[in-house]
Amino acid sequence: MSAPDSPLFLFARHMGDNGLILGHRLSEWCGHGPVLEQDITMTNIALDLIGQARLYYQLAAEMHPSDLTEDDIAYLRPERAYSNVLLVEQPNGDFAHTVLRQFLFDAWHLPFLHRLCDSPESGLGEIAAKAVKEVSYHYRWSREWVIRLGDGTEESHRRMTQALDDLWIYREELLLPSDWEQTLIRSEIIPDPDVLRPEWQHAIHATLSEAGLPIPQTPVIQQGGKNGIHTEHLGHLLAELQYMQRAYPGQVW
Amino acid sequence: MNDWPLWEVFIRSRNGLDHKHVGSLHAADWQMAIENARDVYTRRNEGVSIWVVESRHIHASDPEEQDTMFESARSKVYRHPTFYDIPDEVGHM
Amino acid sequence: MTLVDLQKRFDEKIEAEVKIEPKDWMPDGYRKTLIRQISQHAHSEVVGMLPEGNWITRAPSLRRKAALLAKVQDEGGHGLYLYAAAETLGVSREELIDELLCGKAKYSSIFNYPALSWADIGAIGWLVDGAAIMNQVMLQRTSYGPYSRAMIRICKEESFHQRQGYEILLTLCRGSDEQKAMAQDSLNRWWWPSLMMFGPHDSESTHSEQSMSWKIKRKSNDELRQAFVDATVPQARYLGLTIPDPDLKWNESTGHWEFGEIDWEEFWQVVKGNGICNRQRLKDRIRAHEEGAWVREAAMAHAEKQRHRRDVA
Repeated sequence: MSAPDSPLFLFARHMGDNGLILGHRLSEWCGHGPVLEQDITMTNIALDLIGQARLYYQLAAEMHPSDLTEDDIAYLRPERAYSNVLLVEQPNGDFAHTVLRQFLFDAWHLPFLHRLCDSPESGLGEIAAKAVKEVSYHYRWSREWVIRLGDGTEESHRRMTQALDDLWIYREELLLPSDWEQTLIRSEIIPDPDVLRPEWQHAIHATLSEAGLPIPQTPVIQQGGKNGIHTEHLGHLLAELQYMQRAYPGQVW
Repeated sequence: MNDWPLWEVFIRSRNGLDHKHVGSLHAADWQMAIENARDVYTRRNEGVSIWVVESRHIHASDPEEQDTMFESARSKVYRHPTFYDIPDEVGHM
Repeated sequence: MTLVDLQKRFDEKIEAEVKIEPKDWMPDGYRKTLIRQISQHAHSEVVGMLPEGNWITRAPSLRRKAALLAKVQDEGGHGLYLYAAAETLGVSREELIDELLCGKAKYSSIFNYPALSWADIGAIGWLVDGAAIMNQVMLQRTSYGPYSRAMIRICKEESFHQRQGYEILLTLCRGSDEQKAMAQDSLNRWWWPSLMMFGPHDSESTHSEQSMSWKIKRKSNDELRQAFVDATVPQARYLGLTIPDPDLKWNESTGHWEFGEIDWEEFWQVVKGNGICNRQRLKDRIRAHEEGAWVREAAMAHAEKQRHRRDVA
């Protein structure tokens, strides 16, 4: 059995955090989408991501020496102990921001999962094999919408440009490994981001160019989420997410 | 401009079966119509294949002409196996 | 064919339980009643996403969160099926939504009550969906084909909704005193509004009689309400909860539960828009619609450009 803070545990929990937080954000759209059909689509994506988060948390819980459940992991940590990337915790903003946030995440998530399917850690490989099918659809959806909105009207183009300006600085963090990821990369348990990088870069550039959107030139890269240094948005999200578990500790729901 | 056109959705629930009309939805283009159909009409694993067609492209027979169109077939009972008397001893035919 | 002949043929179909289909001739009143009823039903599904949606981000476990999200999404799907059924009658979804947003069209008043605790999510599933199902099961046999087909699909999907709610309450009632009190408080607040969902007494209901003769409706408001009470009382007992009605008693000779009088003053107040959440619900829908306008427009513009590019190429 792995020690509590083994790199593998931390990684599984990190993947779960990404899914849960992004799924949470998308679920905020439920009932408020721009059109009924897309409301339903966004909820499907949210459900996929929350489902994936549960699998990662369950895997992490199994590895943990104490008696943890998926809900303990999801609901009972302070924000400093969350290791999701900053991108996924950014507020929904308008539909352009939501679509772009999704696209920047999917453009990394899909090639990453493709490779994670071959992980010698069978638990991870199995989750990846299931998730990769779902995420192929997410990528298709978010990519098409980036193009639609970039190309659509002056207003949609302007909103996408604004979203790019706001979110671009968060994209790189997905490819910057934490210490525990470094360990797993060295032992070839998770894919090396440097191998993903060209494909990832190409996917983003090709899509933006098809959408007629300028590639932002800012050299700024924001990171810290993997080590629990978040933007202030996460705390509010967690206050809501954890409200019941915090207000009524130790009960069964 | 704002209103996306209406599409009719047909789904094959498994290989070997026909596509069947399941309902309609709105979408800006055919790709979106297929994706919306996937998200709206196959949430419970209802399909393996989707057709969409813009509703305005469907031409329908006129219900007022029901007699002209279908009455003639109704009287052709000899097209049906039960029209013919075959003794039971012959067995299944 | 003369109008009299058309009317006669229509009446014969209704009588013989033959469904009316979109292109068939139908009396104006029948068409209008259907548009009003189906769109009202569609609006109810979509507005109904809001009180439960209010708890998606606060669901107390991941399992509950996924189930609630899927359930609220279903309501959206059901709204969509119903708008599509209404559209077969010659109105557009846009027109119907405009009527909702300008306050002309109604939706079920139950959604103007606030969802204030996690137990409310249980109560909404159990009581509100339970009451809705009574109505929906009946409507599977409604005389208009597209409406009937939409209802069949909806009933199939709804089947998990009520169970989802009941299971939430069952868990609370088997939990701590605090949880049980939460469940009881929720029943206290949702019981009477749920009974109101069936509408006014048959004697007061303006559209009922005509709808019954057209077989749009197959059972009266009071019949459905009674069936709901009869089904629900034993379920409340199993939970160990008390229904907030001192007049509730079993009538051996009729085989039904007798219950007290609904506060009709409250009912009409909420219908008129003076419920605690009426304004908030409408505002939420208006905001979603207005903030989505540029998205819908952009998608059309892109589709148009794509078509043009293909034509040129």
